Amino acid sequence: MQPILSLEGVAKSYGGVKALTSGALDLYPGQVTALLGENGAGKSTLVKIITGIVRADGGRIVLDGGPVSIASAEHARSLGISAIFQEPVVFDALTVAENIFITGRPQKRGVVDWPTMRRRSREILAELDPGIEPDMVLGRLSVAQRHLVQIARALSNDARIVIMDEPTAALSHREAEELFAITRRLRDEGRAILFISHKFEEVFALCDRYAVFRDGAGVGQGMIEGISSERLITLMVGRPVDQVFPKQTVPIGREMLRVEALGRGQEYEDVSFDVRQGEILGVYGLIGAGRSEVMHALFGTAPAETGRIVLDGETVTIRSASDAIARGIGFVPEDRQMQGAHLRLAIGDNITLPSLGRTTRAGFLSRRRERAQAGPLAQSLGVKMSGLDQRVEELSGGNQQKVVIAKWLATSPRVLILDEPTKGIDVGAKAQVHRLMGELAAQGVAIIMVSSELPEVLGMADRIMVMRRGLVQAVVARAEATPERIVRLATDA
Amino acid sequence: MRELIAGIMSGRALRTREAGLLGLNLLLLVAIAPFFPAFLRPVNLAGVFDDTALLILLALGEMLVLLTRGVDLSIAANLAFTGMVVALLNQYHPGLGLVPVLVLSVLMGAALGAVNGLLVWLLRIPSIVVTLGTLSIYRGAVYLASGGKWVNSNQMSPAFLGLVRWHAGGVSMLSWTAIVCAALVAVFLRRSILGRNLYAAGNNPAAAAYAGIDVGVMQGAAFLIAGAIAGLCGYLWVSRYAVAYTDVASGFELQVIAACVIGGVSISGGVGSVGGVVLGALFLGIIKNALPLVGVSPFFQMAVSGIVITGAVLINARGSRASALRILERRPA
Repeated sequence: MQPILSLEGVAKSYGGVKALTSGALDLYPGQVTALLGENGAGKSTLVKIITGIVRADGGRIVLDGGPVSIASAEHARSLGISAIFQEPVVFDALTVAENIFITGRPQKRGVVDWPTMRRRSREILAELDPGIEPDMVLGRLSVAQRHLVQIARALSNDARIVIMDEPTAALSHREAEELFAITRRLRDEGRAILFISHKFEEVFALCDRYAVFRDGAGVGQGMIEGISSERLITLMVGRPVDQVFPKQTVPIGREMLRVEALGRGQEYEDVSFDVRQGEILGVYGLIGAGRSEVMHALFGTAPAETGRIVLDGETVTIRSASDAIARGIGFVPEDRQMQGAHLRLAIGDNITLPSLGRTTRAGFLSRRRERAQAGPLAQSLGVKMSGLDQRVEELSGGNQQKVVIAKWLATSPRVLILDEPTKGIDVGAKAQVHRLMGELAAQGVAIIMVSSELPEVLGMADRIMVMRRGLVQAVVARAEATPERIVRLATDA
Repeated sequence: MRELIAGIMSGRALRTREAGLLGLNLLLLVAIAPFFPAFLRPVNLAGVFDDTALLILLALGEMLVLLTRGVDLSIAANLAFTGMVVALLNQYHPGLGLVPVLVLSVLMGAALGAVNGLLVWLLRIPSIVVTLGTLSIYRGAVYLASGGKWVNSNQMSPAFLGLVRWHAGGVSMLSWTAIVCAALVAVFLRRSILGRNLYAAGNNPAAAAYAGIDVGVMQGAAFLIAGAIAGLCGYLWVSRYAVAYTDVASGFELQVIAACVIGGVSISGGVGSVGGVVLGALFLGIIKNALPLVGVSPFFQMAVSGIVITGAVLINARGSRASALRILERRPA
C-alpha cells in the first residue's frame, strides 16, 4: 500500500534553535497512526508543517506520490489536510455552523449563504452528535462537543488526512470512548489519521501504526501489533526508563490537616479527609470531579461555603491565598503558565514572591537576601538556567515547574498542595519532581497530590482519595490500591 | 421543539441585550413625556435623530475596529482633519461642486485610517498606542492646513451647506446617511466573508490564524473602513455645524467608544451588533437632548452616560459568571 502523505528528512529551525532535524512520517489511508515522543521531540512542529502553519526549511513532503510544498493553512486545507487541536481552536462567540464552515463559508452571489450553511452543518452533525444544533453559540458547548465541532469542520472540508493533537487531554473516560468510536469510523471511511497522545492505553486501543520522534528526528515507525509499550518508551527516550517511582518510606507523623464536610454550591459537598506529616495523599478522579475545586478551597482562592478546616489541631478560616500562605499552606496549581509562574519575571523574583517578607532589611527588600534565598533553592532543585535573572518563560515546562515548587519551598510550608504536578513535563523532569516530593515528605511536610495519571497516584501516594462528581467515593490505603479498583471508584462503572 | 430552543439560545445574549437597550430608550422617552410632551412629537424626534446621526456613523466605524480587538482613538481627529481639508477645498474652489468634496472626504479619511491600519498590521504596535499618536498628529495637521484660521459658513458654498439640511420624508439627509450606512454595515457584517472574518479575528485571534484568516489584515481593513466613515463624517460635521476649526469634535472619540460599549460591543473583541450600536448612540443622544430641558448641566450628562457604561460592564460581567461550573449530580428528590 502506498502512503497518502510521506515526510522525509523534514527540518525546521526557529532562530538558531533546531526544532526538527529529520522528521520522517508516513500516513496510510484507512489507518490510525500514533505520533509518540517526549515534549520537545518536534511533534508540534511537525503538525504545524503538515497543516501549513509554518514552512519547513528542508526535506521532502510527498502527497499522493508527488512532491508538494505546503504554503499556508489554506493550502493545506485544499489538499485535504485538517487538524483537531488539543486546546479546541474555536470561536466561542460564533455559532456552531459558522465554526464548522469558518474556512469555507457557503456563498451565493458573493455573500454568505446562511441557510445552506445551517443545513449542511445539521447534516454533518447528525453523524457526530445530533444534540448539537447549528445555531447554538459555541461557548455553551462542553469541551468534548467542541472537539466534535472541530471534527465536523474537518468533515466539511472533505479532509482525507485528519490530525488529532492530544484530543482526549480534557475529556472524561466516556467522552474519550465516544471520540474513539468516531475516529474509527473516519478511519474505516478511508481517511488517514494521525493521533498524538501521551496515553499508551489509547495508543494500543485505537492505533494501527506508530511513529516515534526524539530530539527532532523520526526514530522509528511500524505496526502497533506486536510491539510492546516498553519498546516504544525505549524509542522515545533513547534508553530504558526506570518506571519505578522513587517512593521513600518515611515515618508518618501527627495529623497536620483535617477537612470536615466541605461543600461549595454545585461544585462539591461533604468532602472530608485528613493528611499527616510526611504523608502523600493522592487525589484521583476524572477531570471535572471537583478535585481542583477542593484544593482551591484549602488555598482560599475559592473558599468553601460549608464545612471546617483544621490545621495542626486548630480550626482555621481561610478566606484568601494570603491567609493560606500565612498558615503555611503552599499550592502548585494545575495551570502552570497562567496560575503558577510569572512567566515574564526572572527566576529569582518568582521564587521569592510568596516569601518576600523574609528578604527585607529594615523594611526594605534586600536584593542580596533575595538572591541568597532563591539561589540555593533553584540549585538544589536542579533548575537548568543561565542565572537567577533569566526569565521563566525561557525555561522548559519541567524547569518552570521546578521554579514554581521552589517558590513554595521558600515559605517552608507545613502543607503543600500539588495539582497535576507533572502534567506536560518530560519523563526526566517528572522523575525529579517525584523525587523532590519524596524528600519533602521526609522533612515532615504533609503533601496533597492531585493527579489524573493513575501510575503516578499509585506510585507516589500513601493513601488515595478518589472523587467523582463532587463527592469523595473512598480513601484507599496504598496496600489495597489496585488500578482496577481506583478506576472503578472514579468512573460511573 | 429542540429547533425552537436552539433558535432562542443562539443569539440570546445579544438579543436580550438589544431588547433591553430598546426598553431603556423607550423608558427614557416615557419618563420625559409627562414633563415635555413636545419632546415626543415626530418633528422633535427626527431632530434628536439628526443630532445623533454623526455619533451613530462614527460608532459604526469604531465598532469594526473594536470587533478586531483594536480601538481607534484617532477617529474624531481624522474627522476634524478631513473636514478642514474639504472645507478649504470648498472655500477656494466653490465651483467644483459637491462630488469632489464627497469623494475626497471618503478617500482622505480612508487614507488616514489606512495609516493606523498599516502601523497596527505591519509593525504590530498595539492600536491604542498607534491611534494615541495619530490622534495628536491629525489634530496638529488641522492647524497646519488651516494656519489656525476658521472656515465660517459665509465661506462655504450653498451646495456644501445644503446637502445635510435637505429633507426627505421629514427626515434629514444626514439622518438618511446614518440609516443607509447602518444597513450597509449590518449586511457587510452578516453576509460578507470579510465581515464574518472580522468577528472571527477578534473572537479568537489564534484560532483565526489556524483557519487561514490573517488577523493583522482584518485589523487593517477595520481601520480603513472606520477611517473612510470618519472622513465622510468630516464633511458632514463641518457642513452641519457650518464651521471648521482646529478643535472640531475634540474629545468626541470617547463618546463614540461609549456608544459602542453601551451598545454591547465587547472591548475584548469579537462581540457586537449594528442594532446595539445604533441603540447605544441613540441612548446618549436622547440624554443629551432631554437633560437640558430639565435644566441639568452638560456635566451631569457625562455622569449619566458614565453610570450607564459602568452598569453595562457590570451586567456583562454577571452574564459571563452565570455559566458557572456544575459538577454535583442532581440527586433524585
